[in-house]
This record gives sequence, C-alpha cells and structure tokens, in this order.
Amino acid sequence: MNNLVLLPVLVPLIMGVILIFFRNNPVTQRIISGITAFSMLVISVYLTYVIYQDGIITLELGNWKAPFGIVFVGDLFSGLMVILASVVGVACLFFAFQTIHTDREKYYFYPFYFFLLTGVNGAFLTGDLFNLFVFFEVMLIASYVLIVIGGTKYQLRESFKYVAINIFASAFFIVGVAYLYSITGTLNMAHLAVQVAALEQDGVLNVIAVLFLIVFGMKGALFPLYFWLPKSYYGPPAAIAALFGGLLTKVGIYAIMRSFTLIFTHNPDFTHNIILALAGFTMFFGVLGAVSQFDFKRILSYHIISQVGYMVMGLGLYSPLAIAGAIYYIAHHIIVKSALFLFAGATQKVTGTTDLKKMSGLLKTHPALGWLFFIAAISLAGIPPLSGFFSKFALILSGIQQERYFIVFVSLIVGLLTLFSMMKIFIYVFWGSPSLSEEETKKTKLGPLLLPIVPLVALSIAMGLGAEPIFSFSTQVADQLLDPSIYINSVLKE
Amino acid sequence: MEILMIITVGVLFSVSTYLILTKSLLRVILGIVLLSHGAHLLLLTMSGLKEGAPPLLGEGAESYADPLPQALILTAIVISFGVTAFLLVLAYRTYKEHKTDDLDQLRGNADE
Repeated sequence: MNNLVLLPVLVPLIMGVILIFFRNNPVTQRIISGITAFSMLVISVYLTYVIYQDGIITLELGNWKAPFGIVFVGDLFSGLMVILASVVGVACLFFAFQTIHTDREKYYFYPFYFFLLTGVNGAFLTGDLFNLFVFFEVMLIASYVLIVIGGTKYQLRESFKYVAINIFASAFFIVGVAYLYSITGTLNMAHLAVQVAALEQDGVLNVIAVLFLIVFGMKGALFPLYFWLPKSYYGPPAAIAALFGGLLTKVGIYAIMRSFTLIFTHNPDFTHNIILALAGFTMFFGVLGAVSQFDFKRILSYHIISQVGYMVMGLGLYSPLAIAGAIYYIAHHIIVKSALFLFAGATQKVTGTTDLKKMSGLLKTHPALGWLFFIAAISLAGIPPLSGFFSKFALILSGIQQERYFIVFVSLIVGLLTLFSMMKIFIYVFWGSPSLSEEETKKTKLGPLLLPIVPLVALSIAMGLGAEPIFSFSTQVADQLLDPSIYINSVLKE
Repeated sequence: MEILMIITVGVLFSVSTYLILTKSLLRVILGIVLLSHGAHLLLLTMSGLKEGAPPLLGEGAESYADPLPQALILTAIVISFGVTAFLLVLAYRTYKEHKTDDLDQLRGNADE
C-alpha cells in the first residue's frame, strides 16, 4: 500500500480544475501550470526511484482487496512511461508559453493539457482493464478538445474524423471487455493473467486478443489502422502536435505491450507472429508515406507510424533482448519525436510555413536551430552514438538471433529511408540561399523557442553516450515484463 | 432471453455500420450512438442475464444479478453521453464553417 502511486494522476487533475478558475488571466495560468509540470516531473522520478528500490508498489482503492476492487500498480515499465510523459509535458508546456495564441489560452488550453496528462498517467498506472478504458476516455476527451482548440476550418474537418474513429475504437474496447469478462469473470489485470492461463481455451482467447489488438492498434496507429494520424496531427499548433506525436500513440503501444506480456501470453505463436507481421507493414508503409511528403509536420507524422512499427517489432520478437530494445526505443522515440515536432513549430514561427518547398537557407540565418535539428534528425534515423542507434541495434540483433531475417531486412531498409527523409527536410529547410530578408530574421527571437527543445536534444545525446546504464535499466524492465508472476504476486499477494 | 438480446445487439451493430458508412455528418453520429448502445447492451448480456434478488441485501439470496456489468455500463453510458454531446457540437461547427455536411466534400485535398 502506497499512496504515492496515485499522485501522478491526482496532481494534474486537481491543478487542471484549479486552472479553470483563472481562465481570463493567462499569466497566472502559465505560472500555475509551469509549477505543476515541474512538480509532476519530480513526483514521477521519485515514484520510479521508489519502485526501483522496493519493487512493484500497489494501491487498493477504498481498501477493497484485489481482485474485487480497483488497483493501481506501479511497476518499472509504468514508472518509466510516467517519467517520459512528464518530461514531454514540461517541454511542450514551455514551448506553448511562447507559441500558443492568447485566444487558445483563454479557451481552457491549460486545464485540458493537464486533463490529458491525467488520462495518460492513469492509463500507465492502473491495474484494472475497465479502469484502463476510463483513463483512455479521459485522455481522449481532453485530446478532442486540444486538437480542435482554435477552431480553424482544417482543424474542424479533421477533428471530426479523429473523434469519430476514436469513439468507434472505444466501442470495440467495451466489446472486448464484455467478451473477456464473460469467459474469465474478472477485470483485474493480474487476476486476468491467472484466469487466462488456467482457462486453456485458445480459440476464444485468440479472438479476444485480436480484438484488443485492433482496439489498441487503432489508438497506437498500427497498420492498417493508421490512416487517421497524419492529417489530424497536422492541424493543431506545434506544441499540441508535439505532445500528441510524442505521447498519445505510445499510450496505445503501452497497452499492447502490457496486455500481450501479461494477459494474452497463452499462444505466442499465433498472436505475436501477427504482431510481428503488423510491425513490418506498419514501419514500411509509414516510412513510404514520409518519403512522399513535402511538409515538415506531415513527414514527422508519418515517421510516428513507421517508428511505432519498431516498438511492436520488439514485442513480436518476444525475447528479453527485443523487449528491452523496444522499451529503449519508446524512451528514445518519445523524447526525439517531441523535439522534432517542436523544431517544426520553431521553423514555422520563423518562416511562417511548414511547406519545405517554401523555405531555404535557414542554416545561415539561424545556425543554432539548424544544428540542433540535425542532431535530433540523425538520432531519429539511428546514427551512432545517439540514442536511436542503440535501440535499433538491440532490436535488429535479437531479430538476427532468432533468425527472423525478413523483419530485420525491412527494419534496415526503413532506417535508410528514415535517414533519407530527414535529410530531405535538412536540405530543403537549411541549405540553399536564405529565403528570409534580414528584417524578417530579426523579427523572431529564437532563444526562448529553443529553450524547451535543448534539454530534449541533450537527453537524446545523453541516452546515446550513456547507453550502458540505460540499457541495463531497459533490460530490468523487460525482465519484469516477461515474468508476469512478479506482477501477479505483488497485486494478488498470494 | 440472452438470445433475444444478442440478436438486438446484432441489429444495432449492423444498422450502425450502415449509418457510419453514409456521407452525412448527422447520420455518422447517429451510427456511432447506436454502436455504443450495442456495445453497452453486449456488456450487460455477455455475463448472463440472471433473475433473482438484488445483490446487496444480504448473503441469503439464492441467486442474484451480477452487479459489476451494471456498474460498468453506467460508467460507459455516461462517457458516451458526454462524447456524443461534444461530437454534435463539433459537427455543427464544422457544418457552419464549411457550409456542407457532405463527407465527400470534407475530404480535403493533398496539397494543403
């Protein structure tokens, strides 16, 4: 029993409610939300430290014993995800201070920003399947508001599709819960794991597993359910797009990783091979989309899809090394992808466009922006010694060890195409003769814009140079994930 | 009784699929509403519909209804109610801004 595990959910919820009362006072809103974001970062680091020291911590809400009541469970994986969410939360918030228009601030941008983080953290920490659905909805409702806030024509049109698709997926989530409850009679994830293992009814469990894969795949943008992502992430301002691009799809991936390492481990030959095939298609078609685009934000959106493929590839291979690689990749991706979206926002602020063909020569006028972008871009493509390299290396190594050469081949090709499309951005935006006059260059101050991005890029470099401790941490997370009995014992206390 | 409910769920799902595939914004919303109704009904039905005493009036009852699915769909209904209200407003604003409710014309083009 430890109330600490509830704090990452409660703090943003309460602060979000308080922020509603300061609607007409943007400065107060900024101060309160800045302090909240930093305190969430401290709480999440402390939470993970406690989990690391004492093992998995659980909290039975209302003192109803598991499996009858709702439990909150903090294990290393969820602790890591909560830290990443807070890091991105701080960076995007401070970028939003610089870029979000006052009209958007007045229409409850900050409250919904924290409600979104409430939902995300809740989804990471809950140990109950229906509670996961509820936190998904908290997160999604906040995301519906954030994606449409500002109400431009483009945003309205694409948000409608985004909302409709997500409600559709939520309905199927309920259907999956209904099926699972009817055959196991429980919704507690640890208890589900016990029941599913004892049941020995592979046929019906496969159906349910695939149903959940569809639901989470729709949220996590897996092939062939990713079609909604590039258009809807293009609409909102960069600070929101960075938060979405870094975090939201990864909640779907977290749910897939959690359910397919804990609950649906009855028939890995069937389920995990489907996941592996989906991973290959996802990364390949995602990167093809990126290669064909000529817009900063759209290229990045398509790259989210291709990189989601790498994460589920780790799950599909289903070995300790592969899972550790996937976890490393998630950490790397969340940080670098948010940084890249913020770069897109900074360039948009400087040049007034995200169309690659309309800008050039920014390296001469804004060298700091150019080189920082370059570091983040090659990190995404997986050039050593940056963080992208080591995560891909672990995935590909374990693919070769298991003699799955085709997926290794696909992932290497995708890596090459990623490098190609990132260099396309670099060449179009930063090379050539400057497109801006000197007045236009001086108009925007770059310092405050780069302030939230620099820590993210530094983190990516640090994760690459300090790969050894981080990789051993990922291995510990993977060991905990691959041995569900640890999770089950700490929840059910048998 | 379960059979009847399952057939109802099937009808709701097929009608909602038809409505979601049409081109009008309002029909899509109606389809989504019916889809969540179907899902809720399925959640209630799947664990078996039992007759008997309420569950909370002591342990003496010979059979009692399972309270958990009822609690779950209560939550789910509230959520889908809120989301539907939001979706209706969103659709109305979209209609006002774009002057059309035809999804064919709301597709957008490649170069924006």
